[in-house]
Amino acid sequence: MSVSQTQFHDALLDSSTSVPIGLSDGRGQPAGARFSVYRNNVAVSLTEALEVSFPAILSLIGHENFKKTAGLFLRQHPPKNPMIMVYGDEFPSFLEDFEPLQHIAYLPDVARLEQALRESYHAADADAVAPNELAILPQEALAASKLILAPSLRLVRSRWPIHAIWSYALDRSSAKPKNQGQDVLITRPAYDPEGRVLPPGASLFVANILEGKTLGDAYEKAMHDAPEFDLTGLLTMLLDTSSIIEIQTQD
Amino acid sequence: MSKTMKTVAIAGAMTAALAAHSTPAAAQEKEKCYGVSLAGENDCKAGAGTTCAGSSTVDYQGNAWTLVDAGTCEDIELPDDRMGSLEPLDRDLPS
Repeated sequence: MSVSQTQFHDALLDSSTSVPIGLSDGRGQPAGARFSVYRNNVAVSLTEALEVSFPAILSLIGHENFKKTAGLFLRQHPPKNPMIMVYGDEFPSFLEDFEPLQHIAYLPDVARLEQALRESYHAADADAVAPNELAILPQEALAASKLILAPSLRLVRSRWPIHAIWSYALDRSSAKPKNQGQDVLITRPAYDPEGRVLPPGASLFVANILEGKTLGDAYEKAMHDAPEFDLTGLLTMLLDTSSIIEIQTQD
Repeated sequence: MSKTMKTVAIAGAMTAALAAHSTPAAAQEKEKCYGVSLAGENDCKAGAGTTCAGSSTVDYQGNAWTLVDAGTCEDIELPDDRMGSLEPLDRDLPS
């Protein structure tokens, strides 16, 4: 009797099911203990992948708690993709609904920040727009055009000081987090993603640009909510980090 | 805000940003330097989250590299007359 992949897969992640009938060891005996080793290896390797991917969460809740949380997560959300580097995208929303950790309300947003850093790391390369293309546009065309930002750029907005918590979790000599929301922009100017805190106006502007709004509309919205918004500073930073890859004018 | 004011503000900001913008990107200014990383502190093309970064097991391992500022790799002085290299080396390999 042979074992189907589905039976094998289901039994791997659910230790309450029996070892699939038909599996045998090298001597033709039923593969009980050997299958348990296999089960354990799958769970341990996925847990280790999550530990590497979410080091701040690991630091904040400790090794034991992380292992238990990961063990439950990986059984409810087994990998859907063979590439382990993308495994864990559902971890932040899992944490949000995970009752035992709900007293740490900022945890899901810190996990979102860590996931965004991973996504940025693995995102496609893109060449920055030539500054000349931006310089030659007439004033009216510039305000009506849209900026296309690099695939590695991410914006994580939170009512918690996620950047400070994340820094503090990874390095206890960092400044202690203050109770103030932080919006973090992740860019990848070279090989490694960099996160920086954006003031409210800049964050709103980038959010609108990411939604496909024109420069004019995004600017107006940002100025409406945050009259101190510094567009020059933000554009300089986006240029310096090679974050603008295209400008689309309206014909 | 009037449309003209907005248009002028954006154009002004863009002009100022282009003037302040410092080229070129850091990516072109780094080079891979072999044989200079301390154990466990090498970089990796595939990066964090894969098994390669931090996988070197001996100091100055010859086939492990670290990104350093371009033009500095072969000038890095290391203990016992070792030198950095732009190509993988066969010294200090894990046994």
